Amino acid sequence: MIPERWLNLGVLTLLAAVPLVASLAGQPFTVTLATKIAIFALAATGLNIALGLGGLVSFGHAAFFGVGGYACGILASHARNYEPLSTWPWDIEGTTQMLTIWPIAVLLGGLAALVIGALSLRTSGIFFIMITLAFAQMLYYFAISWPTYGGEDGLPFYLRGDFPGLNTMDPIQFFGICFALLLAALFTFHRLHRARFGLSLEAARQNPERLRSLGIRPFHVRLLAFVISGMITALAGALYADLNRFVSPAMLSWHLSGELIVLIVLGGVGRLCGPVVGAAAYFLLEHWAGAASEYWQFWFGLLLLGVVLFARGGIVGALAKDHTHD
Amino acid sequence: MTEPILTTRSLRKSFGALAATDDVSLDLRPGEIHALIGPNGAGKSTLIKQIAGEIAPDSGTIHFAGQDITTKHAAARARLGMARTYQISSVAPDFTVLQNVVLSLVARHHGAFGLFRNVLKDRRLTDAAREHIARAGLSGRERQRATDLSHGERRRLEIAMALAQSPKLFLLDEPMAGLGTEGASELTGLLDGLRQQAPILLVEHDMDAVFALADRISVLVYGRVIATGTVAEIRANAEVRTAYLGEDA
Amino acid sequence: MTSLLLAEQVLNGLQFGMMLFLMSAGLTLVFGVMGLINLAHGSFYMIGAFACASVAMATGSWFLGLAASLAAAAVAGVLVELLVIRRLYDRDHLDQVLATFALILVFSEGTRYLFGSFPLFLDVPAALSGAVTLPGGIAYPVYRLAIIAAGIAVAIGLFWLVGRTRLGIRIRAGEADREMIAALGVDIDRLYTIVFALGAALAGFAGAMLGTIQSVQVGMGEPVLILAFVVIVIGGIGSIKGALIGSMLVGLTDTLGRTLLPVAFSTILPPSDANAVGSALASLLIYVLMAGILVFRPSGLYGGRSA
Repeated sequence: MIPERWLNLGVLTLLAAVPLVASLAGQPFTVTLATKIAIFALAATGLNIALGLGGLVSFGHAAFFGVGGYACGILASHARNYEPLSTWPWDIEGTTQMLTIWPIAVLLGGLAALVIGALSLRTSGIFFIMITLAFAQMLYYFAISWPTYGGEDGLPFYLRGDFPGLNTMDPIQFFGICFALLLAALFTFHRLHRARFGLSLEAARQNPERLRSLGIRPFHVRLLAFVISGMITALAGALYADLNRFVSPAMLSWHLSGELIVLIVLGGVGRLCGPVVGAAAYFLLEHWAGAASEYWQFWFGLLLLGVVLFARGGIVGALAKDHTHD
Repeated sequence: MTEPILTTRSLRKSFGALAATDDVSLDLRPGEIHALIGPNGAGKSTLIKQIAGEIAPDSGTIHFAGQDITTKHAAARARLGMARTYQISSVAPDFTVLQNVVLSLVARHHGAFGLFRNVLKDRRLTDAAREHIARAGLSGRERQRATDLSHGERRRLEIAMALAQSPKLFLLDEPMAGLGTEGASELTGLLDGLRQQAPILLVEHDMDAVFALADRISVLVYGRVIATGTVAEIRANAEVRTAYLGEDA
Repeated sequence: MTSLLLAEQVLNGLQFGMMLFLMSAGLTLVFGVMGLINLAHGSFYMIGAFACASVAMATGSWFLGLAASLAAAAVAGVLVELLVIRRLYDRDHLDQVLATFALILVFSEGTRYLFGSFPLFLDVPAALSGAVTLPGGIAYPVYRLAIIAAGIAVAIGLFWLVGRTRLGIRIRAGEADREMIAALGVDIDRLYTIVFALGAALAGFAGAMLGTIQSVQVGMGEPVLILAFVVIVIGGIGSIKGALIGSMLVGLTDTLGRTLLPVAFSTILPPSDANAVGSALASLLIYVLMAGILVFRPSGLYGGRSA
């Protein structure tokens, strides 16, 4: 057993070091795999705020991932084609600047989370799960049937966005961007967790009636958590679109929502680096097992079933000492 | 005469044909402990829930600290200074004693929307919390998780949380429930000291505690207040003796 | 748009609604009685469709295939309940979501391993093929009418089962209080297995019926599952009546929306745009319906409790 702090440090160092070495050794594929892990860890860190701290089992976080992805894809494709997004009432141009795209993606993700959250947080339990799933599915079908941006086929945009001073098409530089944003999100998670807000959010998970009788309405706390959660996941979506230089309705699919939950549970629910460990485990497993068998998800399903039924607490929970509150 | 802190007027609440609260008017004055007694099913908890804002009355009004709070929700009432404990201890089980009390301070004085500062490293908060914990007799247990506390300790934690709310009114729903004789007498001493801080509306079955603490007693039977008065008056009241105390004799 | 075409769309909506009812009836019972969220319910739908397709192809009899779909889904339901679901009743919703998500992976990949990724196609049996002319002069496919009839029959059967039989009394008692019914000496384990298998069989039946006119392929269950969730959110958890009303609302809204919205937009937009905008917005309609009902009735039209 090791203190969780050291485990976290080790995990993040490893995630930074492996692609660096791989890049020097001329293995861009490994760098891309690490980038994918960082991006999904970022998306799951967003979900970890709602799910891990707030106990809100959102089965619809693909919605925010997809909103972020489409924001990036649509802005980039307009800019590359020199077509303005709109000419009335204002001229709005597309952009390839990541520093412009990110705030827009985050804002739209937050807006989507505000609307979906305001409706679905009126309920709880099974209802909440079904409603978040349904709203994500709504966006999925909308993306499929709206032909302007590729519909079912998705929207390719050929070049990654630009970042001042960096060549984003260089895998290791793009990884650096994603890793830095992951660190920022983990820092945010950590601060929120320890702040008044995190205390209230965790209380809302454990005993909402008590929180209410102390003077804080659980709905407000949960809604803000859901919005922040959606924002971070949307940012991850924008990065994922840039990684692939392609967005498609698959980013909005229920399967992706399920995967995000799986990442968190594999790593450890509510743990700071749970999403990172979970994403690393999941995509490494996909990489190796996927190469061994086309049907690796069958075996993964059995494994997951075993973890849920017999081994709880995730990988971080198994490796780290029980975290004490200090 | 000083203005009452809490006044209910003609509160009514029915569940189907059952009148759980039937025309209840009572008040709570500064500095007093007003005990609410009555047999099981008399509607004591239902009444407390209406005062706390957890269920809405069918009719009647509730005034607290000079305003009409009949339609305010529970959280707003708490922020006005109403502190409540529960018949079955209700705390955040995974939190430590300290976290629970800090939560209570935060909820009353700061609100949930602090996103950055580490709340457990804020000395103003933790020092205040430790004081309330000490007053409730839980010193040394600050880092214990609430779920690992004994029943009596959890009762004390609830008192510490209520203290942290710097309330204008305590609503205590059977604080002695499940405590042994010794625990009950210790807690009686603790509650006795609270009345200087804020008046207490006390629902309690433990008659020793009620008679030791209460300045006034209201007797609730089938949702109705059948008598209100001092301890001596209630002891002497014939109707009360047959309806309620008689069962004990 | 002629009223004839409209009537036909109403029938299509009813038919779609009936299929949703078959899916959501089982789900809502499992939610209501066991307090369990089962994402793998769509897998029973898929299993039913594949069982029907393989038996129909092997024997040449679609009706045998239909029987096989019921049997296969029910057997799968019993196995899943005994091996997995039983361990989840006392777990939190997160565990239930994960375990049943894992089941989806197992069933979907298992089916893909057995049958491959290419869709199978079934023929409507001769006895139910062709069209009949309904009063008012609508020529309507017999098979679709058969689906509506089957849905009505199942609905009547379920109302009878839950409302009038000993099993139904136990189901309703189990919904009210799990411990009480155990105290009454009812074998609660067996009751749960039966309810779960019944729900699975209905889903398998729906899969076979709908798979026949669409295609039979891996992953066919989840879109229907999610629509069934919408139905239950609208109807309320645990209510068969709510499931029926919700199914009809969703079936009709979706079908009519897809027909009428493009027409409506063609009055203000050029035809090609009207079609695109209309059908894109039509795909949102049922969710808007759901959102609207949530605002006014957070626990659904017939949901007493919010679970």
